[in-house]
Amino acid sequence: MIAIRGLVKSLDHRVVLNGVDLDVAKGETLVVIGRSCCGKSVLLKHVLGLMKPDAGTVTIFGKQLDQLDRAHLYELRMRCGVLFQGGALFDSLTVAENVGLGLSENTTKSKSEIADIVAERLEWVGLAGIGPRAPSDLSGGMRKRAALARAIAMDPEIVLYDEPTTGLDPITAEGINDLIVRLRERLKVTAIAVTHDMNSAFKIGDRIAMLHAGKIIFDGSVDQLRNSADPIVQQFIVGATTGPLEPL
Amino acid sequence: MKCPTLRVGHHKTICDCVVGAALCDRPLYAREKPVWRGRGGRATSPVVRPSSLQPSPPAFLIAPLAALADTSLVELIRDIGRRILRLTVYVGGLTVMIGRLLASLPQILGSARLVVYQMLTMGVRSLPLIILTSVFTGAVSAWQAAYQFQNFVPMRFLGTAVGKAIVIELAPVLTALVVAGRVGASIAAELGTMRVTEQIDALEVMGVDPVRYLVMPRVTSGAIMLPVLVLFSDFVAILGALVVAVLMVNLSATTFLNGVKLFFHMSDMYAGLFKASIFGIIISLIGCYQGFQTRGGAEGVGRSTTGAVVIASVLILISDYLIATMLFRV
Ligand SMILES: Nc1ncnc2c1ncn2[C@@H]1O[C@H](COP(=O)(O)OP(=O)(O)OP(=O)(O)O)[C@@H](O)[C@H]1O
Ligand SMILES: [Mg+2]
Repeated sequence: MIAIRGLVKSLDHRVVLNGVDLDVAKGETLVVIGRSCCGKSVLLKHVLGLMKPDAGTVTIFGKQLDQLDRAHLYELRMRCGVLFQGGALFDSLTVAENVGLGLSENTTKSKSEIADIVAERLEWVGLAGIGPRAPSDLSGGMRKRAALARAIAMDPEIVLYDEPTTGLDPITAEGINDLIVRLRERLKVTAIAVTHDMNSAFKIGDRIAMLHAGKIIFDGSVDQLRNSADPIVQQFIVGATTGPLEPL
Repeated sequence: MKCPTLRVGHHKTICDCVVGAALCDRPLYAREKPVWRGRGGRATSPVVRPSSLQPSPPAFLIAPLAALADTSLVELIRDIGRRILRLTVYVGGLTVMIGRLLASLPQILGSARLVVYQMLTMGVRSLPLIILTSVFTGAVSAWQAAYQFQNFVPMRFLGTAVGKAIVIELAPVLTALVVAGRVGASIAAELGTMRVTEQIDALEVMGVDPVRYLVMPRVTSGAIMLPVLVLFSDFVAILGALVVAVLMVNLSATTFLNGVKLFFHMSDMYAGLFKASIFGIIISLIGCYQGFQTRGGAEGVGRSTTGAVVIASVLILISDYLIATMLFRV
Protein backbone atom coordinates (compact mmCIF):
# COMPACT_ATOMS: atom_id res chain seq x y z
CA MET A 1 0.00 0.00 0.00
CA ILE A 2 2.80 2.38 0.94
CA ALA A 3 6.33 1.76 -0.30
CA ILE A 4 9.23 4.07 0.39
CA ARG A 5 12.51 3.38 -1.35
CA GLY A 6 15.90 4.98 -0.75
CA LEU A 7 14.41 8.23 0.51
CA VAL A 8 17.01 10.97 0.95
CA LYS A 9 16.20 14.50 2.08
CA SER A 10 18.37 17.38 3.20
CA LEU A 11 16.93 20.46 4.83
CA ASP A 12 18.99 23.57 5.52
CA HIS A 13 22.22 21.87 4.38
CA ARG A 14 21.63 19.02 6.76
CA VAL A 15 20.84 15.46 5.81
CA VAL A 16 17.66 14.56 7.66
CA LEU A 17 16.72 11.33 5.88
CA ASN A 18 19.52 9.30 4.42
CA GLY A 19 18.15 6.32 2.54
CA VAL A 20 14.92 5.26 4.20
CA ASP A 21 13.16 2.10 3.03
CA LEU A 22 9.76 1.23 4.44
CA ASP A 23 6.75 -0.82 3.39
CA VAL A 24 3.29 -0.81 4.85
CA ALA A 25 0.90 -3.53 3.77
CA LYS A 26 -2.82 -2.98 3.34
CA GLY A 27 -4.62 -2.90 6.66
CA GLU A 28 -1.42 -2.72 8.64
CA THR A 29 -0.41 -0.08 11.18
CA LEU A 30 3.27 0.75 11.21
CA VAL A 31 4.58 2.72 14.15
CA VAL A 32 7.69 4.81 13.57
CA ILE A 33 9.64 5.66 16.68
CA GLY A 34 12.73 7.77 17.00
CA ARG A 35 14.16 10.65 18.95
CA SER A 36 13.00 14.21 18.59
CA CYS A 37 14.30 15.92 15.49
CA CYS A 38 15.31 12.67 13.79
CA GLY A 39 12.99 13.41 10.87
CA LYS A 40 9.83 11.48 11.64
CA SER A 41 7.54 14.33 10.66
CA VAL A 42 9.63 14.94 7.56
CA LEU A 43 9.19 11.28 6.66
CA LEU A 44 5.41 11.56 6.96
CA LYS A 45 5.39 14.69 4.81
CA HIS A 46 7.01 12.71 2.01
CA VAL A 47 4.34 10.05 2.05
CA LEU A 48 1.72 12.46 0.69
CA GLY A 49 4.05 14.51 -1.44
CA LEU A 50 4.12 17.59 0.81
CA MET A 51 7.89 17.44 0.50
CA LYS A 52 9.78 16.26 -2.52
CA PRO A 53 12.58 13.76 -1.96
CA ASP A 54 16.14 14.65 -3.03
CA ALA A 55 16.47 11.01 -4.05
CA GLY A 56 14.34 7.91 -3.78
CA THR A 57 10.68 7.25 -4.42
CA VAL A 58 7.40 7.05 -2.56
CA THR A 59 4.61 4.85 -3.89
CA ILE A 60 1.08 4.82 -2.50
CA PHE A 61 -1.88 2.88 -3.89
CA GLY A 62 0.59 1.49 -6.44
CA LYS A 63 1.32 4.94 -7.90
CA GLN A 64 4.69 6.61 -7.69
CA LEU A 65 4.12 10.14 -6.42
CA ASP A 66 6.70 11.98 -8.50
CA GLN A 67 5.08 10.70 -11.69
CA LEU A 68 1.64 12.07 -10.87
CA ASP A 69 0.28 15.41 -11.98
CA ARG A 70 -1.44 17.63 -9.46
CA ALA A 71 -4.98 16.47 -10.20
CA HIS A 72 -4.11 12.81 -9.74
CA LEU A 73 -2.08 13.56 -6.64
CA TYR A 74 -5.11 15.32 -5.11
CA GLU A 75 -7.27 12.34 -6.01
CA LEU A 76 -4.95 10.06 -4.05
CA ARG A 77 -4.72 12.48 -1.16
CA MET A 78 -8.49 12.50 -0.77
CA ARG A 79 -8.25 8.83 0.10
CA CYS A 80 -5.83 9.67 2.91
CA GLY A 81 -6.09 11.43 6.23
CA VAL A 82 -3.35 13.14 8.19
CA LEU A 83 -3.16 14.13 11.81
CA PHE A 84 -0.50 16.83 11.96
CA GLN A 85 1.73 17.10 14.98
CA GLY A 86 0.43 20.55 15.86
CA GLY A 87 -3.13 19.81 14.77
CA ALA A 88 -3.06 22.38 11.95
CA LEU A 89 -6.71 23.26 12.45
CA PHE A 90 -7.90 26.17 10.32
CA ASP A 91 -8.39 28.94 12.82
CA SER A 92 -10.69 30.92 10.57
CA LEU A 93 -13.24 28.09 10.68
CA THR A 94 -15.19 26.46 13.50
CA VAL A 95 -14.30 22.96 14.65
CA ALA A 96 -17.24 21.52 12.71
CA GLU A 97 -16.26 23.37 9.54
CA ASN A 98 -12.73 22.09 10.00
CA VAL A 99 -13.87 18.51 10.21
CA GLY A 100 -16.29 18.92 7.31
CA LEU A 101 -14.08 20.95 4.99
CA GLY A 102 -12.82 18.00 2.94
CA LEU A 103 -16.37 16.79 2.50
CA SER A 104 -17.85 20.14 1.55
CA GLU A 105 -15.04 20.98 -0.88
CA ASN A 106 -14.61 17.61 -2.54
CA THR A 107 -17.93 15.82 -2.44
CA THR A 108 -21.49 16.59 -3.45
CA LYS A 109 -22.88 15.64 -0.04
CA SER A 110 -25.60 17.91 1.29
CA LYS A 111 -25.11 20.16 4.30
CA SER A 112 -27.13 17.92 6.60
CA GLU A 113 -25.29 14.78 5.51
CA ILE A 114 -22.00 16.50 6.24
CA ALA A 115 -23.27 17.73 9.60
CA ASP A 116 -24.21 14.14 10.52
CA ILE A 117 -20.77 12.80 9.60
CA VAL A 118 -19.06 15.64 11.46
CA ALA A 119 -21.11 15.03 14.59
CA GLU A 120 -20.35 11.32 14.43
CA ARG A 121 -16.58 11.83 14.08
CA LEU A 122 -16.51 14.38 16.87
CA GLU A 123 -18.28 11.87 19.07
CA TRP A 124 -15.71 9.20 18.21
CA VAL A 125 -12.94 11.41 19.57
CA GLY A 126 -14.98 12.45 22.60
CA LEU A 127 -15.76 15.98 21.46
CA ALA A 128 -19.50 15.76 20.93
CA GLY A 129 -21.08 19.20 20.94
CA ILE A 130 -17.81 21.06 20.41
CA GLY A 131 -18.58 21.69 16.72
CA PRO A 132 -19.58 25.36 16.85
CA ARG A 133 -16.52 26.46 18.82
CA ALA A 134 -13.41 28.04 17.35
CA PRO A 135 -10.20 25.98 17.44
CA SER A 136 -8.44 28.74 19.37
CA ASP A 137 -10.90 28.24 22.25
CA LEU A 138 -9.92 24.61 22.72
CA SER A 139 -7.25 23.13 24.97
CA GLY A 140 -4.21 21.54 23.33
CA GLY A 141 -5.51 18.03 23.82
CA MET A 142 -8.94 18.93 22.46
CA ARG A 143 -7.32 20.47 19.41
CA LYS A 144 -5.39 17.29 18.80
CA ARG A 145 -8.59 15.25 19.00
CA ALA A 146 -10.46 17.64 16.73
CA ALA A 147 -7.63 17.29 14.25
CA LEU A 148 -7.94 13.52 14.53
CA ALA A 149 -11.65 13.80 13.79
CA ARG A 150 -10.81 15.84 10.70
CA ALA A 151 -8.21 13.30 9.59
CA ILE A 152 -10.77 10.50 9.58
CA ALA A 153 -13.73 12.51 8.30
CA MET A 154 -13.51 11.30 4.72
CA ASP A 155 -13.27 7.59 5.53
CA PRO A 156 -9.63 7.46 4.46
CA GLU A 157 -7.94 4.26 3.39
CA ILE A 158 -4.57 5.51 4.62
CA VAL A 159 -4.15 7.53 7.79
CA LEU A 160 -0.94 9.15 8.97
CA TYR A 161 -0.80 10.00 12.65
CA ASP A 162 1.94 12.36 13.83
CA GLU A 163 2.14 11.84 17.58
CA PRO A 164 -1.55 11.12 18.18
CA THR A 165 -1.27 10.86 21.97
CA THR A 166 1.28 13.53 22.89
CA GLY A 167 -0.16 16.16 25.18
CA LEU A 168 -3.13 14.05 26.25
CA ASP A 169 -3.83 12.76 29.74
CA PRO A 170 -3.25 9.00 30.11
CA ILE A 171 -6.92 8.14 29.99
CA THR A 172 -7.72 10.18 26.89
CA ALA A 173 -4.53 8.84 25.32
CA GLU A 174 -5.77 5.34 25.94
CA GLY A 175 -9.09 6.29 24.34
CA ILE A 176 -7.27 7.53 21.25
CA ASN A 177 -5.22 4.33 21.12
CA ASP A 178 -8.45 2.36 21.23
CA LEU A 179 -9.90 4.49 18.46
CA ILE A 180 -6.86 3.90 16.25
CA VAL A 181 -7.05 0.16 16.86
CA ARG A 182 -10.78 0.23 16.12
CA LEU A 183 -10.22 2.06 12.85
CA ARG A 184 -7.72 -0.56 11.86
CA GLU A 185 -9.94 -3.46 12.76
CA ARG A 186 -13.29 -2.18 11.51
CA LEU A 187 -12.38 -0.01 8.57
CA LYS A 188 -9.18 -1.86 7.58
CA VAL A 189 -7.30 1.43 7.60
CA THR A 190 -3.64 1.32 6.60
CA ALA A 191 -1.68 3.60 8.88
CA ILE A 192 1.68 5.04 9.78
CA ALA A 193 1.85 6.44 13.29
CA VAL A 194 4.76 8.44 14.59
CA THR A 195 5.17 8.50 18.33
CA HIS A 196 7.54 8.69 21.28
CA ASP A 197 4.98 7.11 23.54
CA MET A 198 6.13 3.48 23.81
CA ASN A 199 2.94 2.43 25.54
CA SER A 200 0.92 3.70 22.60
CA ALA A 201 3.41 2.23 20.12
CA PHE A 202 3.07 -1.25 21.59
CA LYS A 203 -0.68 -0.94 21.65
CA ILE A 204 -1.45 0.33 18.16
CA GLY A 205 1.43 -1.06 16.12
CA ASP A 206 1.39 -4.22 14.06
CA ARG A 207 4.98 -3.44 13.30
CA ILE A 208 7.44 -0.95 14.67
CA ALA A 209 10.27 0.77 12.85
CA MET A 210 12.91 2.90 14.47
CA LEU A 211 14.38 5.88 12.67
CA HIS A 212 17.82 6.98 13.74
CA ALA A 213 20.39 9.23 12.08
CA GLY A 214 18.41 9.29 8.86
CA LYS A 215 18.04 5.54 8.51
CA ILE A 216 15.69 2.79 9.63
CA ILE A 217 17.77 0.87 12.17
CA PHE A 218 15.04 -1.50 13.25
CA ASP A 219 11.93 -2.85 11.54
CA GLY A 220 9.95 -5.71 13.04
CA SER A 221 7.12 -6.85 15.27
CA VAL A 222 6.50 -5.61 18.79
CA ASP A 223 8.03 -8.78 20.24
CA GLN A 224 11.08 -8.52 18.03
CA LEU A 225 11.48 -4.92 19.22
CA ARG A 226 11.32 -5.95 22.87
CA ASN A 227 13.94 -8.62 22.28
CA SER A 228 16.16 -6.57 20.00
CA ALA A 229 19.82 -6.74 20.89
CA ASP A 230 20.60 -3.35 19.37
CA PRO A 231 21.77 -1.14 22.26
CA ILE A 232 20.27 1.99 20.65
CA VAL A 233 16.85 0.35 20.34
CA GLN A 234 17.01 -0.99 23.88
CA GLN A 235 18.01 2.38 25.29
CA PHE A 236 15.16 4.04 23.44
CA ILE A 237 12.38 1.70 24.52
CA VAL A 238 13.53 1.66 28.11
CA GLY A 239 14.21 5.38 28.13
CA ALA A 240 17.61 5.04 29.80
CA THR A 241 19.98 7.98 30.12
CA THR A 242 22.99 5.69 29.87
CA GLY A 243 23.85 3.97 26.61
CA PRO A 244 25.04 4.83 23.12
CA LEU A 245 22.77 7.92 22.85
CA GLU A 246 23.34 11.18 24.69
CA PRO A 247 20.28 12.10 26.73
CA LEU A 248 20.61 15.77 25.81
CA MET B 1 39.04 23.18 3.60
CA LYS B 2 41.47 23.97 0.86
CA CYS B 3 41.00 25.92 -2.27
CA PRO B 4 40.99 23.26 -4.98
CA THR B 5 42.80 25.46 -7.49
CA LEU B 6 45.86 25.36 -5.31
CA ARG B 7 46.64 22.03 -6.81
CA VAL B 8 46.04 23.19 -10.36
CA GLY B 9 48.46 26.02 -9.93
CA HIS B 10 47.46 28.36 -12.74
CA HIS B 11 47.16 31.24 -10.32
CA LYS B 12 49.26 29.75 -7.65
CA THR B 13 50.87 32.91 -6.37
CA ILE B 14 47.61 34.49 -5.49
CA CYS B 15 45.94 31.23 -4.65
CA ASP B 16 43.86 31.31 -1.51
CA CYS B 17 42.60 34.67 -2.25
CA VAL B 18 40.27 36.95 -4.08
CA VAL B 19 40.95 35.56 -7.53
CA GLY B 20 40.90 32.08 -6.19
CA ALA B 21 37.54 32.60 -4.67
CA ALA B 22 36.17 34.32 -7.70
CA LEU B 23 37.38 31.73 -10.17
CA CYS B 24 37.34 28.43 -8.36
CA ASP B 25 34.24 26.43 -8.77
CA ARG B 26 34.38 25.74 -5.09
CA PRO B 27 34.24 29.00 -3.17
CA LEU B 28 36.91 29.76 -0.61
CA TYR B 29 34.45 30.44 2.16
CA ALA B 30 32.31 27.49 1.20
CA ARG B 31 30.40 25.95 4.02
CA GLU B 32 31.96 22.86 5.35
CA LYS B 33 30.00 19.67 5.03
CA PRO B 34 27.17 19.79 7.50
CA VAL B 35 28.06 18.43 10.88
CA TRP B 36 25.51 16.24 12.55
CA ARG B 37 24.96 17.65 16.00
CA GLY B 38 22.04 15.53 17.06
CA ARG B 39 19.00 16.92 18.79
CA GLY B 40 18.22 20.51 18.08
CA GLY B 41 21.81 21.18 17.09
CA ARG B 42 22.44 23.34 14.07
CA ALA B 43 24.97 22.46 11.44
CA THR B 44 28.11 24.49 11.91
CA SER B 45 29.69 26.27 9.01
CA PRO B 46 33.07 27.58 10.08
CA VAL B 47 34.59 30.31 7.98
CA VAL B 48 38.04 29.41 6.75
CA ARG B 49 40.44 32.34 6.81
CA PRO B 50 42.93 32.62 3.98
CA SER B 51 45.84 32.56 6.42
CA SER B 52 45.01 29.02 7.42
CA LEU B 53 45.46 27.75 3.89
CA GLN B 54 48.61 26.15 2.60
CA PRO B 55 50.96 26.81 0.89
CA SER B 56 51.31 30.51 1.62
CA PRO B 57 52.46 32.77 -1.20
CA PRO B 58 54.84 35.68 -0.62
CA ALA B 59 53.51 37.92 2.07
CA PHE B 60 53.96 41.17 0.11
CA LEU B 61 51.58 39.79 -2.49
CA ILE B 62 49.03 38.21 -0.31
CA ALA B 63 48.73 40.89 2.37
CA PRO B 64 46.84 43.49 0.33
CA LEU B 65 44.69 40.86 -1.32
CA ALA B 66 43.93 39.17 1.94
CA ALA B 67 43.06 42.56 3.32
CA LEU B 68 40.75 43.02 0.38
CA ALA B 69 39.18 39.69 1.03
CA ASP B 70 38.76 40.65 4.64
CA THR B 71 37.22 43.98 3.70
CA SER B 72 34.65 41.70 2.20
CA LEU B 73 34.99 42.30 -1.52
CA VAL B 74 34.49 38.59 -1.93
CA GLU B 75 31.57 38.71 0.41
CA LEU B 76 30.15 41.56 -1.61
CA ILE B 77 30.41 39.67 -4.89
CA ARG B 78 29.00 36.58 -3.31
CA ASP B 79 26.23 38.60 -1.73
CA ILE B 80 25.27 40.10 -5.08
CA GLY B 81 25.23 36.62 -6.57
CA ARG B 82 23.09 35.34 -3.78
CA ARG B 83 20.64 38.19 -4.19
CA ILE B 84 20.32 37.63 -7.92
CA LEU B 85 19.75 33.96 -7.30
CA ARG B 86 17.13 34.68 -4.66
CA LEU B 87 15.38 37.15 -6.95
CA THR B 88 15.30 34.60 -9.74
CA VAL B 89 13.86 31.96 -7.44
CA TYR B 90 11.30 34.48 -6.18
CA VAL B 91 10.16 35.47 -9.66
CA GLY B 92 10.10 31.82 -10.71
CA GLY B 93 7.96 30.80 -7.76
CA LEU B 94 5.62 33.73 -8.32
CA THR B 95 5.24 32.74 -11.96
CA VAL B 96 4.36 29.19 -10.98
CA MET B 97 1.76 30.49 -8.57
CA ILE B 98 0.26 32.74 -11.24
CA GLY B 99 0.07 29.72 -13.53
CA ARG B 100 -1.79 27.71 -10.91
CA LEU B 101 -4.00 30.70 -10.24
CA LEU B 102 -5.00 30.97 -13.89
CA ALA B 103 -5.64 27.24 -13.98
CA SER B 104 -7.99 27.55 -11.01
CA LEU B 105 -9.98 30.47 -12.46
CA PRO B 106 -12.59 28.22 -14.15
CA GLN B 107 -13.66 27.08 -10.67
CA ILE B 108 -14.43 30.63 -9.61
CA LEU B 109 -18.18 30.07 -9.53
CA GLY B 110 -17.81 27.20 -7.09
CA SER B 111 -15.79 29.50 -4.84
CA ALA B 112 -18.15 32.48 -5.13
CA ARG B 113 -18.78 32.42 -1.39
CA LEU B 114 -15.08 32.77 -0.66
CA VAL B 115 -14.72 35.61 -3.17
CA VAL B 116 -17.64 37.51 -1.67
CA TYR B 117 -16.21 37.08 1.81
CA GLN B 118 -12.87 38.48 0.68
CA MET B 119 -14.60 41.36 -1.10
CA LEU B 120 -16.21 42.23 2.21
CA THR B 121 -13.00 42.10 4.23
CA MET B 122 -10.86 43.81 1.62
CA GLY B 123 -13.32 46.30 0.25
CA VAL B 124 -15.98 47.26 2.73
CA ARG B 125 -13.71 47.25 5.77
CA SER B 126 -11.13 49.41 3.99
CA LEU B 127 -13.70 52.01 3.09
CA PRO B 128 -13.51 54.20 6.23
CA LEU B 129 -9.74 54.48 5.92
CA ILE B 130 -9.96 55.23 2.20
CA ILE B 131 -12.56 57.93 2.80
CA LEU B 132 -10.44 59.54 5.48
CA THR B 133 -7.27 59.60 3.39
CA SER B 134 -9.15 60.75 0.29
CA VAL B 135 -10.81 63.76 1.93
CA PHE B 136 -7.43 65.10 2.98
CA THR B 137 -5.77 64.22 -0.31
CA GLY B 138 -8.43 66.20 -2.15
CA ALA B 139 -8.28 69.04 0.34
CA VAL B 140 -4.51 69.43 0.22
CA SER B 141 -4.33 69.21 -3.56
CA ALA B 142 -6.94 71.96 -3.88
CA TRP B 143 -5.05 74.11 -1.40
CA GLN B 144 -1.68 73.56 -3.07
CA ALA B 145 -3.09 74.10 -6.56
CA ALA B 146 -4.71 77.34 -5.41
CA TYR B 147 -1.38 78.43 -3.97
CA GLN B 148 0.36 77.74 -7.29
CA PHE B 149 -2.42 79.33 -9.35
CA GLN B 150 -2.65 82.65 -7.52
CA ASN B 151 -1.87 85.61 -9.76
CA PHE B 152 -1.04 83.35 -12.74
CA VAL B 153 -3.92 81.00 -13.54
CA PRO B 154 -7.62 81.87 -13.25
CA MET B 155 -9.13 80.08 -10.26
CA ARG B 156 -11.96 78.69 -12.39
CA PHE B 157 -9.43 76.14 -13.64
CA LEU B 158 -8.82 74.94 -10.09
CA GLY B 159 -11.39 72.17 -10.41
CA THR B 160 -9.93 71.08 -13.74
CA ALA B 161 -6.41 70.61 -12.41
CA VAL B 162 -7.42 69.04 -9.13
CA GLY B 163 -10.04 66.80 -10.69
CA LYS B 164 -7.63 65.46 -13.32
CA ALA B 165 -4.89 64.86 -10.79
CA ILE B 166 -7.25 63.00 -8.49
CA VAL B 167 -8.94 60.84 -11.09
CA ILE B 168 -5.82 59.89 -13.01
CA GLU B 169 -3.15 59.54 -10.35
CA LEU B 170 -3.85 60.52 -6.78
CA ALA B 171 -6.89 58.39 -6.04
CA PRO B 172 -5.67 55.15 -7.67
CA VAL B 173 -2.11 55.30 -6.35
CA LEU B 174 -2.85 56.52 -2.84
CA THR B 175 -5.74 54.10 -2.44
CA ALA B 176 -3.52 51.27 -3.64
CA LEU B 177 -0.74 52.21 -1.22
CA VAL B 178 -3.15 52.43 1.70
CA VAL B 179 -4.72 49.09 0.77
CA ALA B 180 -1.26 47.54 0.36
CA GLY B 181 -0.51 48.55 3.93
CA ARG B 182 -3.80 47.38 5.30
CA VAL B 183 -4.90 44.42 3.22
CA GLY B 184 -1.62 43.23 1.67
CA ALA B 185 -0.07 43.01 5.12
CA SER B 186 -3.00 41.15 6.59
CA ILE B 187 -3.08 38.66 3.71
CA ALA B 188 0.63 37.95 4.17
CA ALA B 189 0.25 37.61 7.93
CA GLU B 190 -2.76 35.34 7.68
CA LEU B 191 -1.34 33.04 5.03
CA GLY B 192 2.08 33.14 6.65
CA THR B 193 0.61 31.95 9.92
CA MET B 194 -1.27 29.25 8.04
CA ARG B 195 2.00 28.20 6.44
CA VAL B 196 4.03 27.95 9.64
CA THR B 197 1.25 26.16 11.52
CA GLU B 198 0.96 23.63 8.66
CA GLN B 199 -2.58 24.69 7.79
CA ILE B 200 -1.60 25.03 4.13
CA ASP B 201 -0.14 21.52 4.23
CA ALA B 202 -3.41 20.39 5.79
CA LEU B 203 -5.36 21.91 2.91
CA GLU B 204 -3.10 20.12 0.45
CA VAL B 205 -3.62 16.74 2.05
CA MET B 206 -7.38 17.24 2.20
CA GLY B 207 -7.29 17.55 -1.55
CA VAL B 208 -8.13 21.25 -1.41
CA ASP B 209 -5.85 23.25 -3.67
CA PRO B 210 -4.57 26.13 -1.52
CA VAL B 211 -4.15 28.30 -4.60
CA ARG B 212 -7.80 27.92 -5.48
CA TYR B 213 -9.01 28.09 -1.90
CA LEU B 214 -6.82 30.92 -0.61
CA VAL B 215 -5.15 32.81 -3.45
CA MET B 216 -7.83 32.93 -6.12
CA PRO B 217 -10.55 34.53 -3.95
CA ARG B 218 -8.12 37.15 -2.70
CA VAL B 219 -6.74 38.07 -6.10
CA THR B 220 -10.19 38.17 -7.68
CA SER B 221 -11.56 40.34 -4.94
CA GLY B 222 -8.52 42.61 -5.18
CA ALA B 223 -9.11 43.05 -8.91
CA ILE B 224 -12.77 43.89 -8.33
CA MET B 225 -12.69 45.86 -5.11
CA LEU B 226 -9.81 48.23 -5.75
CA PRO B 227 -11.61 49.98 -8.63
CA VAL B 228 -14.67 50.28 -6.41
CA LEU B 229 -12.60 51.80 -3.64
CA VAL B 230 -10.98 54.15 -6.15
CA LEU B 231 -14.40 55.30 -7.34
CA PHE B 232 -15.26 56.21 -3.77
CA SER B 233 -11.89 57.84 -3.38
CA ASP B 234 -12.40 59.92 -6.56
CA PHE B 235 -15.73 61.12 -5.33
CA VAL B 236 -14.68 61.89 -1.77
CA ALA B 237 -11.41 63.55 -2.78
CA ILE B 238 -13.18 65.89 -5.19
CA LEU B 239 -15.65 66.63 -2.42
CA GLY B 240 -12.74 67.48 -0.11
CA ALA B 241 -11.29 69.73 -2.76
CA LEU B 242 -14.67 71.39 -3.23
CA VAL B 243 -14.92 72.16 0.47
CA VAL B 244 -11.49 73.78 0.46
CA ALA B 245 -12.30 75.69 -2.73
CA VAL B 246 -15.52 77.07 -1.29
CA LEU B 247 -14.45 77.76 2.27
CA MET B 248 -10.81 78.76 1.87
CA VAL B 249 -10.35 79.98 -1.71
CA ASN B 250 -13.73 81.73 -1.88
CA LEU B 251 -14.72 80.03 -5.10
CA SER B 252 -18.35 79.21 -5.72
CA ALA B 253 -19.25 75.55 -5.83
CA THR B 254 -20.57 75.91 -9.39
CA THR B 255 -17.36 77.49 -10.64
CA PHE B 256 -15.32 74.71 -9.07
CA LEU B 257 -17.54 71.94 -10.41
CA ASN B 258 -17.69 73.51 -13.87
CA GLY B 259 -13.91 73.46 -13.75
CA VAL B 260 -13.98 69.77 -12.93
CA LYS B 261 -16.33 69.08 -15.82
CA LEU B 262 -14.24 71.10 -18.25
CA PHE B 263 -11.90 68.73 -20.13
CA PHE B 264 -13.22 65.80 -18.08
CA HIS B 265 -12.86 62.66 -20.20
CA MET B 266 -14.43 59.37 -19.27
CA SER B 267 -11.32 57.69 -20.65
CA ASP B 268 -9.26 59.23 -17.82
CA MET B 269 -11.65 57.69 -15.36
CA TYR B 270 -11.47 54.29 -17.04
CA ALA B 271 -7.68 54.44 -17.09
CA GLY B 272 -7.67 55.19 -13.38
CA LEU B 273 -10.00 52.28 -12.67
CA PHE B 274 -8.02 49.93 -14.91
CA LYS B 275 -4.87 50.85 -13.02
CA ALA B 276 -6.65 50.26 -9.75
CA SER B 277 -7.57 46.77 -10.86
CA ILE B 278 -3.95 45.99 -11.70
CA PHE B 279 -2.85 47.39 -8.33
CA GLY B 280 -5.43 45.22 -6.59
CA ILE B 281 -4.04 42.14 -8.31
CA ILE B 282 -0.49 43.11 -7.35
CA ILE B 283 -1.41 43.66 -3.69
CA SER B 284 -3.23 40.35 -3.29
CA LEU B 285 -0.77 38.34 -5.33
CA ILE B 286 2.28 39.60 -3.46
CA GLY B 287 0.52 39.24 -0.12
CA CYS B 288 -0.38 35.64 -0.91
CA TYR B 289 3.02 34.74 -2.28
CA GLN B 290 4.81 36.28 0.70
CA GLY B 291 2.51 34.30 2.96
CA PHE B 292 3.19 31.06 1.12
CA GLN B 293 6.93 31.71 1.28
CA THR B 294 6.93 32.20 5.04
CA ARG B 295 9.30 30.10 7.09
CA GLY B 296 10.30 30.03 10.69
CA GLY B 297 7.59 30.92 13.15
CA ALA B 298 6.29 34.28 14.28
CA GLU B 299 9.44 36.09 13.25
CA GLY B 300 9.10 34.73 9.73
CA VAL B 301 5.49 35.92 9.60
CA GLY B 302 6.64 39.40 10.57
CA ARG B 303 9.28 39.40 7.88
CA SER B 304 6.83 38.26 5.17
CA THR B 305 4.34 40.89 6.21
CA THR B 306 6.83 43.73 5.97
CA GLY B 307 8.06 42.30 2.69
CA ALA B 308 4.54 42.16 1.30
CA VAL B 309 3.93 45.86 1.94
CA VAL B 310 7.32 46.96 0.64
CA ILE B 311 7.28 44.83 -2.49
CA ALA B 312 3.67 45.64 -3.33
CA SER B 313 4.25 49.37 -2.85
CA VAL B 314 7.31 49.39 -5.06
CA LEU B 315 5.55 47.35 -7.75
CA ILE B 316 2.53 49.67 -7.60
CA LEU B 317 4.67 52.72 -8.26
CA ILE B 318 6.68 51.04 -11.02
CA SER B 319 3.62 49.64 -12.77
CA ASP B 320 1.90 53.02 -12.41
CA TYR B 321 4.67 54.54 -14.47
CA LEU B 322 4.57 51.73 -17.03
CA ILE B 323 0.81 51.96 -17.41
CA ALA B 324 1.03 55.73 -17.74
CA THR B 325 3.47 55.44 -20.64
CA MET B 326 1.19 52.90 -22.30
CA LEU B 327 -2.19 54.57 -21.80
CA PHE B 328 -1.34 58.25 -21.96
CA ARG B 329 0.57 58.98 -25.14
CA VAL B 330 2.38 62.29 -24.97
N1 LIG C 1 10.44 22.82 6.49
C1 LIG C 1 11.63 22.63 7.03
N2 LIG C 1 12.67 23.40 6.67
C2 LIG C 1 13.89 23.22 7.20
N3 LIG C 1 14.18 22.29 8.10
C3 LIG C 1 13.20 21.49 8.52
C4 LIG C 1 11.87 21.62 8.01
N4 LIG C 1 11.11 20.69 8.60
C5 LIG C 1 11.92 20.03 9.44
N5 LIG C 1 13.17 20.49 9.40
C6 LIG C 1 14.31 19.97 10.14
O1 LIG C 1 14.35 18.58 9.98
C7 LIG C 1 14.70 17.94 11.19
C8 LIG C 1 13.70 16.87 11.51
O2 LIG C 1 12.45 17.48 11.82
P1 LIG C 1 11.15 16.65 12.15
O3 LIG C 1 10.08 17.65 12.35
O4 LIG C 1 10.94 15.59 11.14
O5 LIG C 1 11.53 15.99 13.54
P2 LIG C 1 10.70 14.90 14.33
O6 LIG C 1 11.44 13.62 14.23
O7 LIG C 1 9.29 14.92 13.88
O8 LIG C 1 10.83 15.47 15.80
P3 LIG C 1 9.70 15.57 16.91
O9 LIG C 1 9.59 14.23 17.52
O10 LIG C 1 10.26 16.57 17.87
O11 LIG C 1 8.45 16.02 16.25
C9 LIG C 1 14.78 19.02 12.24
O12 LIG C 1 16.14 19.27 12.49
C10 LIG C 1 14.14 20.22 11.63
O13 LIG C 1 14.82 21.38 12.02
MG1 LIG D 1 7.57 15.55 14.51
